[in-house]
Amino acid sequence: MAQVEETHLPKEKIENPRVRMWKMMFGRLFQNKLAVFGGVVTFGLIFTAIFAAWLAPHDPTEQNYSAVLQGPSLEYWFGTDNLGRDLFSRVIYGAQVSLQAGLISVGIALAIGVPIGLISGYYRGFLDEYIIMRLTDAMLSIPALVLALALAAVLGAGLTNAMIAIGLVLTPNFIRLIRGEVLAHREKEYVEAGKASGISDFKLIIKHILPNTMAPIMVQATLAIAAAIIVEASLSYLGLGTQPPDPSWGSMLANGQGYLDSAPWIALFPGFFIFLTVISINLFGDGIRDMLDPKMK
Amino acid sequence: MDVKQPNKILLEVNGLKKYFSTGGGMLKKKQQVKAVDDMTFTVKEGETLGIVGESGCGKSTMGRTLLRLQHPTAGEVIYNGQDIAKLKNKDLRKLRKDIQIIFQDPFGSLNPRMTVGAMLSEIVRTHDIVSKKEEKKYLEELLLEVGLTPAAYWKYPHEFSGGQRQRVSIARALAVQPKLIICDEAVSALDVSVQAQVLNLLQHLKKKHGLTYIFISHDLSVVKHISDRVGVMYLGKLVELSDKHDLYERPAHPYTQALFSAIPDITEEKQERIVLKGDVPSPLHIPSGCRFHTRCPLATDKCVEEAPVFEQVRDGHYAACHYAE
Amino acid sequence: MGEKMDAQLKVEDLHVGFKQKKSSVNILNGVSFQVYKGETLCIVGESGCGKSLTSLSIMGLLPKQGEVQGGKIEFEGENLVQKNMKQMSRLRGNDLSMIFQEPMTSLNPVHTVGKQVAEVVRTHRQVGKKEAYSRALEMFELVGIPSPAERLHNYPHELSGGMRQRVMIAMALACNPKLLIADEPTTALDVTIQAQILELLNDIKAERQMSIMMITHDLGVVSEVADRVLVMYAGEVIECANNRQLFNNPQHPYTQGLIASIPKLKEEKDELPIIEGSVPSPEKMPKGCRFSTRCPFAKQECLTDSPPLQEAEEHTVRCWMHTDRWEEMTPWKGVDEDGREATEQDLIRS
Ligand SMILES: Nc1ncnc2c1ncn2[C@@H]1O[C@H](COP(=O)(O)OP(=O)(O)OP(=O)(O)O)[C@@H](O)[C@H]1O
Ligand SMILES: Nc1ncnc2c1ncn2[C@@H]1O[C@H](COP(=O)(O)OP(=O)(O)O)[C@@H](O)[C@H]1O
Ligand code: SF4
Ligand code: SF4
Ligand SMILES: [Mg+2]
Ligand SMILES: [Mg+2]
Repeated sequence: MAQVEETHLPKEKIENPRVRMWKMMFGRLFQNKLAVFGGVVTFGLIFTAIFAAWLAPHDPTEQNYSAVLQGPSLEYWFGTDNLGRDLFSRVIYGAQVSLQAGLISVGIALAIGVPIGLISGYYRGFLDEYIIMRLTDAMLSIPALVLALALAAVLGAGLTNAMIAIGLVLTPNFIRLIRGEVLAHREKEYVEAGKASGISDFKLIIKHILPNTMAPIMVQATLAIAAAIIVEASLSYLGLGTQPPDPSWGSMLANGQGYLDSAPWIALFPGFFIFLTVISINLFGDGIRDMLDPKMK
Repeated sequence: MDVKQPNKILLEVNGLKKYFSTGGGMLKKKQQVKAVDDMTFTVKEGETLGIVGESGCGKSTMGRTLLRLQHPTAGEVIYNGQDIAKLKNKDLRKLRKDIQIIFQDPFGSLNPRMTVGAMLSEIVRTHDIVSKKEEKKYLEELLLEVGLTPAAYWKYPHEFSGGQRQRVSIARALAVQPKLIICDEAVSALDVSVQAQVLNLLQHLKKKHGLTYIFISHDLSVVKHISDRVGVMYLGKLVELSDKHDLYERPAHPYTQALFSAIPDITEEKQERIVLKGDVPSPLHIPSGCRFHTRCPLATDKCVEEAPVFEQVRDGHYAACHYAE
Repeated sequence: MGEKMDAQLKVEDLHVGFKQKKSSVNILNGVSFQVYKGETLCIVGESGCGKSLTSLSIMGLLPKQGEVQGGKIEFEGENLVQKNMKQMSRLRGNDLSMIFQEPMTSLNPVHTVGKQVAEVVRTHRQVGKKEAYSRALEMFELVGIPSPAERLHNYPHELSGGMRQRVMIAMALACNPKLLIADEPTTALDVTIQAQILELLNDIKAERQMSIMMITHDLGVVSEVADRVLVMYAGEVIECANNRQLFNNPQHPYTQGLIASIPKLKEEKDELPIIEGSVPSPEKMPKGCRFSTRCPFAKQECLTDSPPLQEAEEHTVRCWMHTDRWEEMTPWKGVDEDGREATEQDLIRS
C-alpha cells in the first residue's frame, strides 16, 4: 500500500470558495432557461410598475366618452373600456396595485408565519399544540375569500387594509407548512449533532433548519402571490380593495366580465397579465430554489 | 465500581431511566415505552466502553440521554462532579464541549447546505477554541488528521463518499477537543473495507488525544475489537458488564451466551449455536421478573416472578441473572 | 465438484447497464457463474458492486432504465434474457423465487399475509381458494411461524421483522421453486433472529433439494451457509471457490484484504489491516484491473490491461498475479502517466 500513497495526493487546485460558491449558484440558475425567462418577466413587470407614470401613454383614469368600448388600435393598444379609459395605461398602472398586493401581502404572511412556524415547530409544547395549531385550524376551516372579506370589512376599505387582510389570511398556511418542515428537520441527526456541539437554539433554527426548509417555502410563496393577486381582485370587485377609479388587474377583470361578448379585450388583457405574473414568479421561484440547493448540478 | 482500577472515573451513571409516552388519543390510553430502564455504570478515563444489544434495546436512547439530547426520566449522570441531568441550559452548552457524539448515518448527520468549513468554524467559534487568525490553520490540520485533504474545507457533504462523510463527522466531534466521544453505530453503515479504515482512525485518535469512548454498536466483533470493557443491553437494561476478555471468554448471562453463539464467524466452519426462540418482546410489554425469561433456555419459575439484581459475579464482572456463575 | 453436479442456473458473460440521457453506463461487466443443483452459492461484495443487479437481471426485474447489454442467463436450458414479460412472470414465484432485504416493503400492507401467500399459490396452480389457504398454512408451519392458523389473518405491520421475513420465505417456497434467490435476507434483522432465519434456510434446502443463490455483504453469514462463494468487485467476478477454500486460502488481493479487514471474535489485533481508498464509481472505472487503484501489489500493466478470469475447477480468480505473465510485468513505477485515473479517494490522504 505504501508505495502508491504519494502519487495519490490530489493535484486539486483550491479556488476561492466564495467565488466557487457564487459561480455554482448562478451556474445553476442560468442553466435553467425557464427560470431565466421567469426572472426577466418578473423584473420587467416590477420595472413597469415602478415607472408606470413614464410608460403609460394616457392618464389611466381619464374618461373619453367619444371612445368607449373601442377595440385595440394604434391609439389605444389594448382598446378602451366602457368609460373610454385607455386599457393599456390601466394595465400598466394596475401592475403597481397587483404586484404590491401580491408581494406585500405574501411578505406580511411570511413575516408572521415564518417565525411562528419555526418556534412552534422547534419548541412544540402547550402553546404550539393547543393555541397555535387550533387557531390555524380554525382559520383554515373558513374559505379564504370569506375570511379576507370579513377582515377587510373590519379593517375598512382600501388597498392597504386589503393587503393586511390578505396577508393574515395566508399566514396559517405558512405556519403549518414551516412547522411541519421544522418538525421533520429537528429530528434529523445533523440538528442533534449541532445541539451536541453546543450551538444555540437560535443559530440552529436560523442557520441550519431554515435554509433546509427553503424549498417548500419558496414554492408556497410563489403560489401565494398568485392567490393574493386574485383575492385582491375579488375584494376590489366587492368594493373592499382598490377604490375606483384607480385601476387594479383584479378590478379590471371583474369589470370586463360584463362585456365578454361585446368587448372581450377588457377582461382579456388584465387576465393575461395576471396569468403571466403568476407563471413567471413561479418559474423564477423554482429557479431560486434550485440555485440554493448545493446538491443540484 | 471497581476499586482496584487506578483510572479516574470520568462519567458516573446512576439509575438512568428514559421512558417515552406513546399513543394516547381520545379513546386510547397512553402507553409507556421503557427505552432505558434503570442503568448504572461508570466510564473510566481513557477507556473504551462498548455497548452491545439488538435493535430497539435502547442503546441510542441511552447515548442521547447521557448528552441530554433527551431529558432523562430519572437518574443521574455525573461528570466532573456535576449532574448533567440537572444542568441549566447555559452550563449544558459548556459541557457539550467535553462530550461529543458521532452518529450512524453519514448522510443524515451533516447539514446538506453547509460546507464542511462553515460547519466546523461555527462550532470552533461557539466554544472559542482558537483565535480567528489561527482558525483556518487549525481546521485544516484537523481535516488532515482525520484523513481528508484541506480541500475538503470547501466541499458540501454530498460531495463525499460515506466513509469520508464519517471522517467529517469525526472531525466535527474532535474540533472542540472533547474528553469523551459517544460513537453511536459510528461504523455500522460503512462497507467492510471502509469500516476498518474508520476503526483504525478512531483508535489512533484515541491514543493521540487521550480520548475516552462509549462505543455503541450491534456488531459484537467490532465492539470486541475496539473496547476495553463491554456492556450488554437487553430491553433497556444492562444484563452484563465486564472486561472484554472475561466477557467474551466466560459470558455469565444466558443472553450474552446466545448472542455470542449467534454471530457467524469466518474463522470457523459451521458451529454449534444456541438459537433463541421467539422474538425480542416489545418494550411496551416488558415481561415480568427477568425480562429475558420469555426466550431464556434456562428460565425457571423464579425468573418469571423475581427480577434478578445486577451484581458482581466475579471480580469486575457484573451480570443480572439468578443463575449466573 | 463440477462434473458430478448439473448446473441449475448458468450466467454467461452478463453485461448490464443503465440508459442515461445520452449515453449508457455499464455496471455489470461480463459476469459469469453457475449455481449447481442443491447447492448454496453466496455472492459477496461491497455495496454498489452489482450484487442486486445480478439477481434482478435473473428475475427479469431490472428497473426501467436498466438494460441487459449482452450475455446469457440459462435456467433449465432456457435463456431467460430472451423471454418476454409474460413468460418471465410465469416463471417467477414458480420455479424461480426471490426474497428481498426489506420484508416490509415487499409485502402489501392492506392484505393479510395469509391472503398474499394464497394468492401466489393460485397464480401458479389451478386450485381453489380453500386449497390455496391450506397450502399457505402448510408453508407457515414449515417456516416455523408460531400459531400459524391465527397468523394467516394478520396484516404485515402486525408482525415483527423476523416474522415478516418468515412470511416472505413461506411465499417464496409456496410453489416449490427450483432456485431461490435471497438478496440480503437477514441484513435488516438482529443477530439472534438472523440465526433463526439462516437455520431455517439451511433446513429447508436440505429437505427440498433446492438451489439457493444468496446475496450478502456479511462474510460471517457467508462462511455459515455457503457451499461455494463468489466475490464481486465493481461489477466483475473476481474470485470464486468453495467455502473453506476461499476463507482459508483467498487468492485475489481484494478478497485477502477484505477477509483481513474484518474484526474477528477469536483474534486480537491492535490495528486492522485495511484496503486503502474506496470503490471507484462507474463513471471513473479504471481501465485495466478494476482493483488496481487500491491494490498493494499492482504492477504497471495492471493499470492498463484487464486481467482474465483464470478458470480452474476448484478456484477461479481474476488477477494477473495468477497468470504466467506476472513475472514479465513491470514493477509499479510510482507515477502514473495516464493509467491511474483520479478517483474519489483522492480526497483521502492515507
Ligand atoms: N436506477 C439506477 N440508475 C443508475 N445507476 C444505478 C441504478 N440502480 C443502481 N445503480 C448502480 O448500479 C450499481 C450496482 O447496484 P446494486 O444495487 O446492484 O449494488 P449492491 O451490490 O446490491 O449494493 P447494496 O449492497 O448497497 O445494495 C451501483 O453503482 C449503483 O449506483
Ligand atoms: N422519541 C421516541 N418516542 C417513542 N419511542 C421511542 C423514541 N425514541 C426511541 N423510542 C423507542 O425506544 C426503544 C429504544 O430505541 P433506540 O435507543 O433507538 O434503540 P437502538 O439504538 O438500540 O436500536 C425502541 O423501542 C424505540 O422504538
Ligand atoms: S434470571 Fe432466569 S430468565 Fe433471566 S437470564 Fe437468568 S436464568 Fe434466564
Ligand atoms: S491484477 Fe494487478 S492490480 Fe489487479 S488485483 Fe491483481 S495484482 Fe492487483
Ligand atoms: Mg440505534
Ligand atoms: Mg443490494
